Amino acid sequence: MSDNTNNDVSYVRTEFLEPSEPPMAVGGPVKWIKDNLFSSWFNSILTVIALYFIIRIAVGVYPWFANSVWGTDGLAACREILDGATGACFSILQERWNQMLFGFYPSEEYWRPIVGLILLAVAAAPVLFWTLPRQLLYFTGIYPFLAYWLVYGGSIWFPILLLVALCLSYLAYARFVKSSFVGAIAVFIIAFSVLMLNPLGGLLSLVSFVATQLSQLLGGGDVTVDLIIGDRRLSDLMPLFGYLQGWLDGSFLGLALPEVTTRDVGGFMLNMILGTICVSLSIPLGIVLALGRQSNLPVIKGFCVIFIEFIRGVPLITLLFVANVMLAYFFPAESNPDLILRVIIMITMFSAAYIAEVIRGGLAALPRGQYEAGDSLGLDYPQSMRLIILPQALKISIPGIVNVAVGLFKDTTLVSVISMFDLVGIIRGPILGSTQWTGIYWEVFGFAALLFFVVCYGISQYSQWLERQLATDHR
Amino acid sequence: MKKSVILGALTVAGMAAGTAGAATLDDVKARGVLNCGVTTGVPGFAEPDADGVWQGFDVAVCRAVAAAVLNDPTAVEFVPTTGKTRFTALAAGEIDMLARNTTWTFSRDVDLKFEFTGVNYYDGQGFMVPADLGVASAADLDGATVCIQTGTTTELNLADFFRANGISYEPVPIETGSEAVQLFLAGSCDVYTTDRSALAAQRANFPTPDDYVVLPEVVSKEPLGPLVRHGDHEWGDVVRWTLNALITAEELGVTSANIEELSGGTNNPEINRLLGSEGTLGEMLGLDAEWAKRAIMAGGNYGEVFDGNIGEATNIGLARGLNAQWTDGGLLYSPPFR
Repeated sequence: MSDNTNNDVSYVRTEFLEPSEPPMAVGGPVKWIKDNLFSSWFNSILTVIALYFIIRIAVGVYPWFANSVWGTDGLAACREILDGATGACFSILQERWNQMLFGFYPSEEYWRPIVGLILLAVAAAPVLFWTLPRQLLYFTGIYPFLAYWLVYGGSIWFPILLLVALCLSYLAYARFVKSSFVGAIAVFIIAFSVLMLNPLGGLLSLVSFVATQLSQLLGGGDVTVDLIIGDRRLSDLMPLFGYLQGWLDGSFLGLALPEVTTRDVGGFMLNMILGTICVSLSIPLGIVLALGRQSNLPVIKGFCVIFIEFIRGVPLITLLFVANVMLAYFFPAESNPDLILRVIIMITMFSAAYIAEVIRGGLAALPRGQYEAGDSLGLDYPQSMRLIILPQALKISIPGIVNVAVGLFKDTTLVSVISMFDLVGIIRGPILGSTQWTGIYWEVFGFAALLFFVVCYGISQYSQWLERQLATDHR
Repeated sequence: MKKSVILGALTVAGMAAGTAGAATLDDVKARGVLNCGVTTGVPGFAEPDADGVWQGFDVAVCRAVAAAVLNDPTAVEFVPTTGKTRFTALAAGEIDMLARNTTWTFSRDVDLKFEFTGVNYYDGQGFMVPADLGVASAADLDGATVCIQTGTTTELNLADFFRANGISYEPVPIETGSEAVQLFLAGSCDVYTTDRSALAAQRANFPTPDDYVVLPEVVSKEPLGPLVRHGDHEWGDVVRWTLNALITAEELGVTSANIEELSGGTNNPEINRLLGSEGTLGEMLGLDAEWAKRAIMAGGNYGEVFDGNIGEATNIGLARGLNAQWTDGGLLYSPPFR
């Protein structure tokens, strides 16, 4: 209302009227519904059918949630409380949430994987968001060793010495790389295996294996071949860092967390571990394979083509059975690498083959002029790849790589068929196989689906954001 | 045998050991842990509780062996195996023994090169159908769809049974028992077949158990027992006689409650030999005198293990039936401790 009291002029409005709402028929929810849900007779029918199903599902599911039971110690007790009504028995989540998330990990050590997960976010952040300070990348480099120590425990000096050995081997590589690339790679491998592995012991046990096979052919017993200097066996001379670790552990610097066997690491944590490790290992491997497939050198090209096509031609589950069953025959029982290591190698190889094909698509999409531009600038092969080709090719490949990553993360549940207790494995085995809970189904698998959905949806949202950030073309 | 050849400053030593894996008992003692293969989860037989501690009837055998050999019933690393991975895990040496509802058959014993060390549960395959199907006998199941676990002897028995009766069926192969039950309850198959112990256990947990009946036919013999690799008889003896010790203890009335008292010496010489106060049975096995006493104390004698895990007082509610002592009309009959 105006408080203007001057009445000698004709009425002048000094304020605007509030614009009135449009009529109900052309605005607001009614119009939205009309435009979007009932715009034509065909859409109207679809809307009605969809509404029918949504209501049916909601009506069906509602009592399941509304009547849900918490706090009982078994399915039978739930059924007693429900007394014939439909209702979820969420007591299982209450009793077994820890197994679904952590497997048989000792409960007093839960802080370790939780800290590992939080630090994973810190370590992944500079890789995922490049506006963050680049110094954080040093932490990303340290993180795998730290996470290994946190989750599996043991002496802190093992991951530290592993990191030191890798750095020293890299320095040796850098010393020779100017003169010969292949020679430098060989130096790297030799330096690392002398420091952290036991190449001589491996060689001797191979010789022993062959000798045993020969002697058994001739009807003899097992033969062990070893070289002995003084009272030292050469087969246990290396790894050189083993002595250093022994000394450090014995000294006042010794620091160790209680060891957790790999079999006790399970639940959703195992899916996260497998997913993270395998994706982050398979991207560099996939790049190498994709470049190798485009190489002019027939041996490298042939190897990459055969590797990629073989892996892509074989189902993942077959590779997992090989990791679990066949490799156990190839290695003697005591020197058999841990099951989780074998599984990580197999899944990494599997996803690397797929990522290689995705990246090859990105490489093929670049015009030939980009390669020629690199050559004309006088860049050598690594330089032109690193500075010109790969940045463009990888940008094109992001949606495909994320697609493989999401698929791979879900594929990690396949390890349940080789009796590893990941999230699905622990549901299908111990939980559904326990006396109190056998017969429960929807509650636990629904929980598993929720966990996977949260992670996969997050990955997918990130990749969409990334594509928007990288959209440097002029549209 | 040890040969040494001097080659300048270096010495090449060649040692001849026995055949591979021949000394499982020594390996287990050196390792301090028994690697025991179990199922990924079968109610009552092997199941980890909420704290991740394995419980169950098959698990008790592992614990008894660990107690006998290592003096610690908890020194067991339980290796979960599926129907498909169990035999390779044992053959490859990943596990020392397998206690996993495994049926003793000719081909597994002879062809797959395993040694069954006895029977801890006599089972037989049965059929469960919804009561309103109106079937009284398995011979009436012509044309039925049958839910069945893959990779098991039940699959083969099913084929044999239907062929022998000249009737047809449609198998619905399923990976685990709990999935089979879900499909059966959802009506995806008319019949669910597996060992009768498992049928009883799963039916007890149905929302409406009375709507389902277990048909009277027992179509197979399923002697379930622990097994070890062929060729390592010392280790096989340890596992065999640990199981026999549990069975004999029940027969002789030795329980976890009175074992301390009885091990002081009784006027029954067989009890004395079993518990080590007389004779040198433990020494013959490569163990100490009190091995059997520890095995029995791990979870009680056979009857106590049965009642505690799968007996009539539990959710599973199995009667002793064939698994009673021979003196009670069952099949449990341990050779004498002498």
